[in-house]
Amino acid sequence: MHIIENGNVAAALGVKLAGAQVIAAYPITPQTPLTEKLAEFIEAGEMRAQYIPVESEHSALAACIAASSTGARAFTATSANGLLYMHEQIHWAAGARLPIVMCVVNRAVGAPWCIWNDHQDSISQRDTGWIQMYACDHQQIIDGVLKAFALAEATSIPVMLCYDGYLLSHTYMPFEVPDEGKVGRFLKPFKPPYALDPANPANLNTVTLPDVRMDVLGEMAHGYMEIRYLLQEDLRAALSVGQEIEDEFASIFGRGGNALVEPYRCDDADYVVVGMGSLTYQLRDVVEALRDEGHKIGVLGIRLYRPFPDQAVAEALGAVRGVFVIEKALSYGYEGALCSDLKAALYEHLVKGGGNGGPAEDGRDRGQPAFVKGLVAGIGGRDIRTLDLTDALRAGMAATAGGGAKGAPAEERPDWIGIKL
Amino acid sequence: MIEIRWHGRGGQGAITAAKIFATAAFRAGYTGVVMAPSFGTERRGAPVFTSLKIAKEKIYDISPIETPDIVVVLDHLLLTEADVAKGLKPGGLIVLNTPKPLTAHDFDGMRVAAADVTALSLEAGLPHGVVNSGIIGVLCRALDVVPFDTVLGEIEAEFKTKRPQANAQAARLAYEKTIVEGA
Repeated sequence: MHIIENGNVAAALGVKLAGAQVIAAYPITPQTPLTEKLAEFIEAGEMRAQYIPVESEHSALAACIAASSTGARAFTATSANGLLYMHEQIHWAAGARLPIVMCVVNRAVGAPWCIWNDHQDSISQRDTGWIQMYACDHQQIIDGVLKAFALAEATSIPVMLCYDGYLLSHTYMPFEVPDEGKVGRFLKPFKPPYALDPANPANLNTVTLPDVRMDVLGEMAHGYMEIRYLLQEDLRAALSVGQEIEDEFASIFGRGGNALVEPYRCDDADYVVVGMGSLTYQLRDVVEALRDEGHKIGVLGIRLYRPFPDQAVAEALGAVRGVFVIEKALSYGYEGALCSDLKAALYEHLVKGGGNGGPAEDGRDRGQPAFVKGLVAGIGGRDIRTLDLTDALRAGMAATAGGGAKGAPAEERPDWIGIKL
Repeated sequence: MIEIRWHGRGGQGAITAAKIFATAAFRAGYTGVVMAPSFGTERRGAPVFTSLKIAKEKIYDISPIETPDIVVVLDHLLLTEADVAKGLKPGGLIVLNTPKPLTAHDFDGMRVAAADVTALSLEAGLPHGVVNSGIIGVLCRALDVVPFDTVLGEIEAEFKTKRPQANAQAARLAYEKTIVEGA
């Protein structure tokens, strides 16, 4: 059934369909309507779950960690400074390998206070060991919640489903609410490999020594380093697990397809613009406008940011002259984190091996693009005007024209679209 | 694509009105619908607006409307308080709730559809000041893209616990009494 609702309601309906058993959350704009909706569902008896009101985001995630440790399907959601207040527990949930799902309703981080959208909050949690998915519209939010639980439970790694505050959370769009019966086929009941049980008391995640050692049963137990190595290995493997789950979802629901990246008009593109979230859908109209002017340009949306789909990104960008990366966040003191990650992927797959083997079947030359140009937009909810995006990309292409088949390099430092100084 | 910007006051129900029309448009085959309220710190009584785009295909650009085809104004006093006609396309339409004759307003050559929705809503049995169902009737009279019956059905569905018949009647009366002027 299709309904027209806002993104927070889409997320809440997804959590309800997923059968989350414990919800602990603290309200913060623009996440608040999501947790209010869940509280309503539970109060009305439409959803059988325990809602734990807490006094802070730190406690919200602590409650989810406890719930998940006992084998319950646990969910929380937050934004901006609320997410940062969780930070210690965010690392903990990943280290403890608990398949918690959290919606991050992306919002700018204070100071100064700002309630509007950018991606600094979730990007700043990049290195915590969580999986990060980014949604572009309401369908990807509601479907994404279901996929997030499936992926978290398949990998024993927590998942953040990130979506743009206000732009998606408070905007109304049509989307299909997945059929309950089909959800039952897609998302099996959560059966953790280990769950806390009062009948068999145990200590979890106590002080773990630098080296391996015998445990009380005389078996060789992992040291801290082994535990963390396995987290890294499993995160890398989550790239293929995520795609398998996407395929399974597509076979049941008939939509979706690529869990890692979402290319649009990239096949014959000389230039590709890369981004995350709702911006990449807005960029489709920009691409159409620039194509009408004769520019061969496409857009590549990153749907899974951690683990980073380096191979898929390099494959998508292997034959282009130049790449523009538009981000709503910065690694302050350098450039956008996605821009750096993307350059690393291109180096790994295209430069180090001398490109991937010359002209491919389609006759297009493979090799590294002449430039990767970082751009910053929409910080603190500054309107991202479609015309401004079009102008910035047109200027970027003009500045790098010439320089042979691969074009000329671009300025290194990121440009800020729409800055008024 | 049809771009409609709705201007009202915080608490006046402009978002609900836009949502009702959006849902009716969707049911009538406009599969692309994006409705974005002005975000942030609305106070009751302060001027607010919401953007509504409808199209036959999915809409990917959710950025705010800059050049609306239509502006819907729930309170004629907003004409002087806020720049409601900003960016309105040449030949664009202003949908207005006003108790005054159209000659009392200066619309700079734009098309206007107007009715005294405040009075007609009272007549329909709604409490004073409820105008968000009635204004939809004015819009539908001037913009013939969604069958009015579909719209009335959505009004009754939206207000199913809050005087559904009176809300539908307000829209019906406004539809009948609307005066359309201009090119």
